[in-house]
Amino acid sequence: MKNDLQSEAYLRMLKIRGFEQAVTRLVTEGEVPGAVHTSIGQEAAIVGACMALNIDDYISGTHRSHGHPIGKGAELKPLMAEILGKATGVCKGRGGSMHFTDKSVGSIGESAIVGGGIPIATGAALTAQVRKTGQVALTFFGDGASNEGVLAECLNMAAVWKLPIIFFCENNGYAAVTPAAHSHGQPDVARRGEGYGVPGVIVDGQDFAAVHAATEAAVARARRGEGPTLIEAKTYRFDEHCVGLFIKGGYRPAEELHHYVNERDPVTLFRNNLLTGGMTQSALAEIEAQAASLIEEAVAFARESAFPEPEEAFELVHASPIPIRR
Amino acid sequence: MTPDSMTLGNTKRMTYLDALGLAQREELEGRDDTIIIGEDIALYAAGGAYGDTDPSRIRSAPISECGFAGMAVGAAITGLRPIVDLTIANFIYLAADPIINQAARLRYMTGGQFKVPVTYRASMWHGQANAAQHSDRPYPMFMNIPGLKVVCPATPEDAKGLLKAAIRDDDPVIVFEDNDLWGKKGDVPLDTDFVVPIGKAKTHRSGSDVSIISVSGCLRHALKAADDLAKDGISADVIDLRTLLPLDNDAILGTLAKTGRVVIVDPAHRTMGAAAEIAAIIVEDGFDMLRKPVKRVVTPDVPIPFSPPMEAPLYPNPDKIAAAVRELM
Repeated sequence: MKNDLQSEAYLRMLKIRGFEQAVTRLVTEGEVPGAVHTSIGQEAAIVGACMALNIDDYISGTHRSHGHPIGKGAELKPLMAEILGKATGVCKGRGGSMHFTDKSVGSIGESAIVGGGIPIATGAALTAQVRKTGQVALTFFGDGASNEGVLAECLNMAAVWKLPIIFFCENNGYAAVTPAAHSHGQPDVARRGEGYGVPGVIVDGQDFAAVHAATEAAVARARRGEGPTLIEAKTYRFDEHCVGLFIKGGYRPAEELHHYVNERDPVTLFRNNLLTGGMTQSALAEIEAQAASLIEEAVAFARESAFPEPEEAFELVHASPIPIRR
Repeated sequence: MTPDSMTLGNTKRMTYLDALGLAQREELEGRDDTIIIGEDIALYAAGGAYGDTDPSRIRSAPISECGFAGMAVGAAITGLRPIVDLTIANFIYLAADPIINQAARLRYMTGGQFKVPVTYRASMWHGQANAAQHSDRPYPMFMNIPGLKVVCPATPEDAKGLLKAAIRDDDPVIVFEDNDLWGKKGDVPLDTDFVVPIGKAKTHRSGSDVSIISVSGCLRHALKAADDLAKDGISADVIDLRTLLPLDNDAILGTLAKTGRVVIVDPAHRTMGAAAEIAAIIVEDGFDMLRKPVKRVVTPDVPIPFSPPMEAPLYPNPDKIAAAVRELM
């Protein structure tokens, strides 16, 4: 069982890594409209959190949106098609890179409004509580979003009402290009929980097992009706804030990036742990081949898919339609 | 003889506020997925009145408009039908992000994966010396947001029927209440399935000389003006739009066809108010039917002052409406 979990975790981390590498290539080759924000470097935080959840538990997230549904187990093909703006995209071409959503795996929306997903997940936790379903919700947000007032509002309400939610901060140290040290009164987002009666936990975001254990504990607490937990995973993004836009570098030290890429790569660290734990090279190679093939299929599917018709822009505005004026 | 004599036995005279409360209570009792969330709910909306309702469905929230307006979106897409009471309409600005960026767009941006059945109630307090931060009529801003629906009931009957329609609708609906009407009484249908369809205007008085197209609580001023004008032999067709998004274009052009003269009465500010859009529809689609230019009776473009002698003259009233009509005759 534990081996199955670890194999699946490794597969999902590789899927995120490979998906985003493929997307980056497609951006460079001009096949992707707009720009993309990748999660490369943050895979252990994402997958460690998601794999502590059941498939019907809810997640919401951020403009750095690809990793979260993949971490929750979403199929890659509709995600890749969405990035290319195709009709077969998971959001039918209306959301794009920053707004991945896959209801089938409990992914209820990634938001390009920084912090926008926080109340959405808190509301999903409210639903779970009112309907007594036993589900929990987890909201991913960044260190930048932790400075939005809505986090304070939701921490407080979740604490007052003991909502089954995990506030999960992927603290990669930079809000776009602004270092957290320039925008945080004190460095630890997790400590903000205390002011609202929410336990705060800091965890090494490059360590799958540490993230997974912390999230499992928070999920168990939520399911027991004891309320929210704030988890802060200290992590790092390897790419620039945004791929496909010109962003001047130099806002983070070269040696810092070098250190993370070479010594703190979560995928490499996890692979090494798996080997140390007794998994064979051939078993790992099999998972790696599986991930590569899934990504290749997703790219092919996305390329072969048709674009939506312009008239489709007028569909899906409302569930109970009203006349759309043009 | 009353036109509603067939249903008179099923109506009860009550205030606009009580009609809103009745709508909420019926919907809460009728289905277990409806919840209320907002500030001071226990005191103003739910205390006692909903005593039998599962308390987990009545959430008296901390002062956190952005937070709970956004939570309602998350609750709506995962299976509840939240009613969010934002009390003073000006507070809706604090909740604008989740209403505009999330509620209005989530269905669309997710390719139809969700419906967003959330109702926002915002009560427009004005004319009561509350000054500029408690006296707005903000619906025009939200008419510019595709994905929303916006209603403005002007009678107790419509308050019940439109609020119930909003709660039952699978899309986000903002109900802008006119606080001046909260204490006004009218006959309200008691049928628990009585709803007023979103998107349909109502003709309150038939006439042939001029159309008075009214928004929100201006209806009673429009009807008073019509009475006064009748004494001078001027016959006014008075319609209340009731829904502002979508606008009932057929009703707007229909009354224009009857009279050829239009006065639009809208308590929002002049620039880009609801009246501006209605006037544009008339000019674009009904220009040939116009016998005179369109007139607007609206609130001037100033923040609402505190002192009553400055505040009161700013809003539409029967005299201003009648004067505008006379200029067209």
